[in-house]
Amino acid sequence: MRAYVLRRLLVALPSLLIASLIVFTLPRLIPGDVVQLMLEEKAYGKDLDDLRAKLGLNRPIHVQYVDWLGSVVRGNLGESLWTRQPVLTELERRLPVTGTLGVMALVVAVLLGIPVGVLAAVRQDGVLDFFVRSAAILGLSIPAFVTAILTILLPAMWWGWAPARFVEFSKDPAGYVLQFILPAVILGIASAAGIMRLTRGMLLEVLRQDYVRTAWAKGLRERVVVLKHSLKNAVIPVVTVLGLQVVSIVGGAVIIEWIFGLPGMGQFLVDAIVQRDYPVIQGINLLIVLIIVLTNLSVDLLYAALDPRIRYQ
Amino acid sequence: MADSVDTIAVTETPPRPWRLPRAVTLTLRFCGRKPLGAIGAVIILVLLVMAVFADRVAPYGYDESITGARMQPPSWRFWMGTDNLARDIWSRVVYGARISITVGFATVALATLIATAIGISSAYLGGGYDIVVQRVVDAWMSFPGLVIVLSLMAALGPGLLNLILALSILGAAGASRVIRGATLSTMQDPYVEAARAIGAGHLRIILRYLLPNVMATIIILATIGLGTVILAESGLSFLGFGIPPPYPSWGGMLSGSGRSFMYYAPWMALFPGTAISLAVFGFNMLGDALRDVLDPRLRGAGGGALRG
Repeated sequence: MRAYVLRRLLVALPSLLIASLIVFTLPRLIPGDVVQLMLEEKAYGKDLDDLRAKLGLNRPIHVQYVDWLGSVVRGNLGESLWTRQPVLTELERRLPVTGTLGVMALVVAVLLGIPVGVLAAVRQDGVLDFFVRSAAILGLSIPAFVTAILTILLPAMWWGWAPARFVEFSKDPAGYVLQFILPAVILGIASAAGIMRLTRGMLLEVLRQDYVRTAWAKGLRERVVVLKHSLKNAVIPVVTVLGLQVVSIVGGAVIIEWIFGLPGMGQFLVDAIVQRDYPVIQGINLLIVLIIVLTNLSVDLLYAALDPRIRYQ
Repeated sequence: MADSVDTIAVTETPPRPWRLPRAVTLTLRFCGRKPLGAIGAVIILVLLVMAVFADRVAPYGYDESITGARMQPPSWRFWMGTDNLARDIWSRVVYGARISITVGFATVALATLIATAIGISSAYLGGGYDIVVQRVVDAWMSFPGLVIVLSLMAALGPGLLNLILALSILGAAGASRVIRGATLSTMQDPYVEAARAIGAGHLRIILRYLLPNVMATIIILATIGLGTVILAESGLSFLGFGIPPPYPSWGGMLSGSGRSFMYYAPWMALFPGTAISLAVFGFNMLGDALRDVLDPRLRGAGGGALRG
């Protein structure tokens, strides 16, 4: 198992390096110069050059990349060009918000998707199956931001309810978690629909296998046949999709945070893009890439845990 | 002699019974087997008509303020109501279909072209080229779609063409991976070997042997991709990085200055939201049904990386 983990980590390195190159160059393609934006029309040629030199933007781009990569490895993401605050400090403040939202959404997706998928497969073509499949199709078609707007809008109209201001964790831990429930459910439902459909499909295939018939013939109870003998074999593709869902939840969080006014990384990113704040954009994107590479790694480890054959390939 | 030949000819070809054209019978069979897919196709057809004939279908212009009709609730005259600038929402939804359909089809066409070129060349050439290209695709795919497109849109600036460009670069990566897989398995087939044995060149093998056989995969990817692209476009316009106002995009109608008015006029949000959902539903259902009919191997491969 340790050899497998090591090999898997080595494979992840080149992807991470290419990703860091994309992360660094992409924001630099933004036309319009941050220096011009900062000085507006008061700028003269010399002022522009001075500020550029001060920010280190006058050096060749590959020198800047190596320099940036060097400090990233040492845990320094640079500072915002506008506020001069270290990017890392700001990310440390915002990551928990996005993290809480993402983890809760994932929990909703798994807790809703897998059990409902199992139920739908076991009672194939029953009333529940039909109902659940229709709901999943709806869940896949209605974008999260439409649901989010309507859930803010309609209660506000009918009962005069308004989304409260953001509550800090240190002030009111219970209130902090509570405010995430609605956004997390909205973000999670779309993922739950996909997970549910796949769980149902895979389980239906496994339930037709010979060894499952043997398990039935041995007189095992339904719970044991379905959950112990079948589900474990059906769930590997579901784990793959779970990894993909993490990517889409991180992306979806940008919009949901924006709608619900949560001070997470999404809002930070949108603002930074508008202001062309390169170090901030690079820092956030790098963090997102890191989260996703780690997710892919844990998906692979989960495979190996679920299926011993993969470990020894 | 000539007479007898004539009589034989007449008696031996009885009048053929009238049959439905083959395309029609195939369509009918598809509707019977995949009713949800048929519903999806009907929705798409309606959207297409709305997009093409927007000038005839919409009773008002998309940017036309109607005097004295600010934030009217749905009624006989404005059956989806009017917005805070006294514009007819139904007319704006109709013109919005034009945006969604244009962006959707143009993006998918471009993305499919790029993806097919990358996917087939990567599979056919193999070796170092394949490894390098696939690592880049890996890195590209490890970003959340929305984050990539946001950065690209900021780089390119708002506007229809840039939006199409950004979305297609994004969609191409994932699709190229699937097309590469399909090409790899087609290359194992004996007729490809036979073609090589009779001396067919690379271009001929790719165009006449490989491409037609991965075509089903490409068509399915494109149909499912349409729904994903429409979703992504509305999300971007919602965040203010898509089509600039006053041109009506469904996502844009849900955002911007209108949002504070929606508490008093919820129809401003309800109808564009429904339009997005219906369009995505239509393309998803048609794509699912086409996949089941054309290529069952792909089952479970869909889903959008751009959700959110």
